[in-house]
Amino acid sequence: MSRRTPLHAAHLAANATMTDFAGWAMPLRYGSQIEEHRFVRADAGMFDVSHMTIIDLRDTAEDGARAFLQRVMASDTARLAAPGTGLYGTLLNERGGIVDDVIAYRLTSGYRVVANAATRQRVLGWLARHAGGFAVRLRERGDLAMLAVQGPAARERFAAATGRGGAASLARFHALEESGWMMARTGYTGEDGLEVMLPAAAALPLWHSLEAAGVRPAGLGARDTLRLEAGLNLHGQDMDETTSPLESNLAWTVAWPRDFIGRAALQAQRERKPALRLKGLAYEGRGVLRHGMTVATDAGEGAVTSGGFSPSLGCSIALARLPAMAAGDAQVRMRGVWKPASIVKPPFLRNGARTFS
Amino acid sequence: MSDFPPGLGYAPTHEWARLDDDGHVTVGITDYAQEQLGDVVYVELPDPGQEVQAGGEAAVVESVKAASEIYAPVSGSVVAVNEALVDAPELVNGHPYSEGWFFRIAPAHPAQLEDLMDAESYERACREDEGASEDAGH
Repeated sequence: MSRRTPLHAAHLAANATMTDFAGWAMPLRYGSQIEEHRFVRADAGMFDVSHMTIIDLRDTAEDGARAFLQRVMASDTARLAAPGTGLYGTLLNERGGIVDDVIAYRLTSGYRVVANAATRQRVLGWLARHAGGFAVRLRERGDLAMLAVQGPAARERFAAATGRGGAASLARFHALEESGWMMARTGYTGEDGLEVMLPAAAALPLWHSLEAAGVRPAGLGARDTLRLEAGLNLHGQDMDETTSPLESNLAWTVAWPRDFIGRAALQAQRERKPALRLKGLAYEGRGVLRHGMTVATDAGEGAVTSGGFSPSLGCSIALARLPAMAAGDAQVRMRGVWKPASIVKPPFLRNGARTFS
Repeated sequence: MSDFPPGLGYAPTHEWARLDDDGHVTVGITDYAQEQLGDVVYVELPDPGQEVQAGGEAAVVESVKAASEIYAPVSGSVVAVNEALVDAPELVNGHPYSEGWFFRIAPAHPAQLEDLMDAESYERACREDEGASEDAGH
């Protein structure tokens, strides 16, 4: 039996096609996935992401949570200087592999880490194991629901639906805590918007007020094509515990002059230069790039890690782990036939426009 | 809820076949199949004149979810293909039994149509299929 989010009944009422995702019953789509995708790009959509793992870190003695986060996250956690700031980054193992990618927020009191659903057990266990030497207490917030409201009109419609105007004027990667809710100007679509964490019982009323304000439900299917267009990695597919940030197009998230778990291995890999890197592929022919397809380049072979049809661009796009030197033209083996594709730099779409020629 | 119109033959691989007045057989995919696939984004059609075998691959449909083979429900030669699907693959989702047809066959053995399921049997098979996949999901 899959776990259900507080919005389960709303999904069924909206005639959602449900799917099992990491042990959760989640909406895949409500009608046309492509229409949901386009509505998020054009206006505002809402996603139930209550399956995400929310973990709060509190000091048990002064400075405990800050010191712990600095040790476990390979990003510049010093940037979380004031309450209401957020930061994207990775948790690495000792080999420099990615245990998960997370967003960490500084709260009024302590920190909050939002991790993936599929990695929940790994992340909780891994954090608990490393918390030993720190004055920190971890608490999973299973009592919270999480909604992502995404699209150019998302903040305006959220403010209209809830009267919480403060959320509309948040700066990017900033968050606001208000009566048990946390609203952050973050997301996984490449669009403007908010991610809202709130008490489970408040989720259904919020869902209905957003719907009344013109925000339409969108499922995991649209979420996947939106994040792919935005060049955002999916953990477990584009990166995992065997690949490092340097091999996953995430070198920009690493803050080197610090002592974090996995640093020695990552430093060694940086010095000898990683053989493989995560790059983008675009295919203009009739067919769709899919996970696992073999890619041939002048510099050697690689594989598609995430692929799909891009509703915004009208062609197929993919993330692929390819030889570091690969550039220009590539061939992808699609159902037994080699097809010509181009190696491009993600994101594939920025501010609604195609980023490659 | 999927639509299972009577008067068509249904293959276990989710194609439908209709015997037309001119003796040709029109082939498409069922409403149940298009719902399972999600939005169709490309369709690869056979060439007119191509010989197809009952149960053999005749076309490919690419949806947001996956690439799937379409099998010929009967043997024969392809006499027409639905060119409209090239620019408007969404017809398969919107009108699986009418404008979303794939190809027409001049059947070599029209009696093969008798081997297909009727609407009622096919609907039952889909429900069993659905039950099985739900169990697998839990």
